[in-house]
Amino acid sequence: MNSTSRHRRLTAAALTALALAGTATACGSGSDGGSNTADSGTYTIWDPYPQFDKSSAWAKLLDSCGTEAGVKVKRTAFDTSDLSNKALLAAQQDNSADVLIVDNPVVSTLAEAGVLTTTDDNKLDTSKVDPNLLAAGQTGGKTYGTPIGANTLALYYNKDVLKKAGVDVASIKDWASLTAALAKVDKAGKKGITFSAIGTEEGSFQFLPWFWGSGAQLTQLDSAEGVSALALWSDWLKKGYAPNSVINNTQTTSWQEFASGDYAFAENGTWQLANAKKAGFDYGVLPIPGAKGGNAAAPTGGEFVTLPVQSDTDRYATSQKLVACLTNTDHLYDTDTTLSYVAPTSEVQAKQVAANAELKPWVDAVKAAKGRTSDDLGTKYPKISEQMWKAVQSALSGSKSPKDALAAAQSAVK
Amino acid sequence: MSATLQKSDHRATLGGPAPTAPRRRPTSQQWAAWAFLTPVTLYLVLFYAYPLYRNLDLSLRHYTVRSFVQGDAPFTGLANYRTVLDDPTFAPALLHTVVFTAVCLVFQYALGLALAVFFNQHFRLSATLRALFLVPWLLPLIVSASTWSWMLNSESGVVNALLSAVGIDPVNWLTSPDWSLASVIIANIWIGVPFNLVVLYSGLQSIPASLHEAAAIDGANAWQRFWRITFPLLRPVSAITLLLGLVYTLKVFDIIWIMTKGGPADSSTTFATWSYQLGFGNLVPAFGPGAAVGNLLVVAALAFGLIYVRVQRKQALS
Repeated sequence: MNSTSRHRRLTAAALTALALAGTATACGSGSDGGSNTADSGTYTIWDPYPQFDKSSAWAKLLDSCGTEAGVKVKRTAFDTSDLSNKALLAAQQDNSADVLIVDNPVVSTLAEAGVLTTTDDNKLDTSKVDPNLLAAGQTGGKTYGTPIGANTLALYYNKDVLKKAGVDVASIKDWASLTAALAKVDKAGKKGITFSAIGTEEGSFQFLPWFWGSGAQLTQLDSAEGVSALALWSDWLKKGYAPNSVINNTQTTSWQEFASGDYAFAENGTWQLANAKKAGFDYGVLPIPGAKGGNAAAPTGGEFVTLPVQSDTDRYATSQKLVACLTNTDHLYDTDTTLSYVAPTSEVQAKQVAANAELKPWVDAVKAAKGRTSDDLGTKYPKISEQMWKAVQSALSGSKSPKDALAAAQSAVK
Repeated sequence: MSATLQKSDHRATLGGPAPTAPRRRPTSQQWAAWAFLTPVTLYLVLFYAYPLYRNLDLSLRHYTVRSFVQGDAPFTGLANYRTVLDDPTFAPALLHTVVFTAVCLVFQYALGLALAVFFNQHFRLSATLRALFLVPWLLPLIVSASTWSWMLNSESGVVNALLSAVGIDPVNWLTSPDWSLASVIIANIWIGVPFNLVVLYSGLQSIPASLHEAAAIDGANAWQRFWRITFPLLRPVSAITLLLGLVYTLKVFDIIWIMTKGGPADSSTTFATWSYQLGFGNLVPAFGPGAAVGNLLVVAALAFGLIYVRVQRKQALS
């Protein structure tokens, strides 16, 4: 290599560095004047409902609320699992949406990150909301948003299968009577129960009603009660009352198994009601029983409407107007009907039941439900949940006993 | 590979002695040369060097959701790497990564080579049949992985239905800790064979037919011709096929994630799925350890790349 080429390369490197510095500044100034501050008449809304397009009732409601507040609304829909990371990244670049609608267990994480304003700051009115639902959005004594709707889990059952097996649904009051019913169904040559025990948040969501129904607490995974809940599931698998495929089932694939008409029971949520009508057999809904009777608390699903922190604090007033419009009694009713959710306020719940009596067991289930991040677990919940679904997977696949699996989970949380 | 070489070359130049040539004004031709060079360098820096640097930086800091947003994560040195090494998942993940990569490579290469030799016979419909073999490669990964997971479903999968038809007990392909790794390996071999087939087939084309004819006249049988002529002459092509296959296989993520999510109980977790699980699989992401695992993968791929360069140089010299 001669010195000329060396010289050349040095110059090239210097030039490149200069060009790079240029682009870097360009990027920097770009993000400072982010899209929402540049145009003060446009408010951005992020939601996890990509299934609704521009012509949907939901999108039209957002537009009309914008008109009411005198601003233009720009809506972006994300996949639920994408939204929390997108919200964190946007906050990092000071480019958050004005209104953010997120899955309820994410709220405490975003609050911990300092991304969300409290209701003290943004003046949202949460007085009408059921306290058990609001709890999912509360951490450290502060409230970070208001639920737009709720859903939860219950047991769907196939009336034909139960009739053939000679099971009376009214007899199912606790775990023992449910297991006895499963045994009868199994004897009649049909399949017992299907659920989702996949190694994601979905698996924890489905296990929680049994875990809480046993009397266990999330702060102590390996308590005797917790072990009894996991033993219930793994015994069902061992005896063939539940299929081995539950270990990889999402709630959707589990529903497909139930829709085949071979299964007596399926643990699933409010959002499957429309599909249940299409299934082509007579079905009923039963709250998930507790270990020794009564109804188990199921975890609440559904999203919260939140207002992310803005550098321009004058924007909160308009954002608050937008949210108030979205969550007023009339609009909540329409929204929750489109989403197939149970409303978060008693007033709208009554209206829903009056219009559709089938929703009654679901409203009851939502009233008994509990937020996953409640009990002030907040950001501890995701860690506990991850260990819990791992323990469920270990026990159901037979690689560990329920007791060892939960003991390992508890020690990993600490 | 060329990217790495070029970069290291650059660094060597910058660190070298100052240019001693008298300063001249660059001619317009030289300016044009720089102008042509800039886009490539810019591209490399923006899309390769910077992300790598960011990943390294992520792995050396203690990130929480709060410090991720505020951007003030404290520098913690190698603490994330220590966390990862001490994690009970580390040993199984390492073992699974090695087994997954080795078994996939061996089978993909062997099957790919066998098929390449087979199709080299130019029989009727061989072109059509060869095209059919490419289908797994053309399908989007999400489609093939989902199809595999349906086929291997314990309850309603077609594979178990076939097994029970011939009187074998059903196997819990995806839900048993003993089988899940084998299942994802089988699916990945199926996906990887076409790539090996295509590259090795084109390698076979470059071997002159006269060599085979001469050997045949000398009395070599088909096996001897393959072992003494085809295989040695295919060595450079084999080396690059195996290296590319290794890099692709090390980072396989979609298939495992869609089929088993790395489970049950970590029984099919590799470094690739573990890194994703740490960084994005939880509501509270652990970016630091996730990036650390990712970097370990990059280092492993780089090490094999260097071995390849060495072997190639030796071959060129001999």
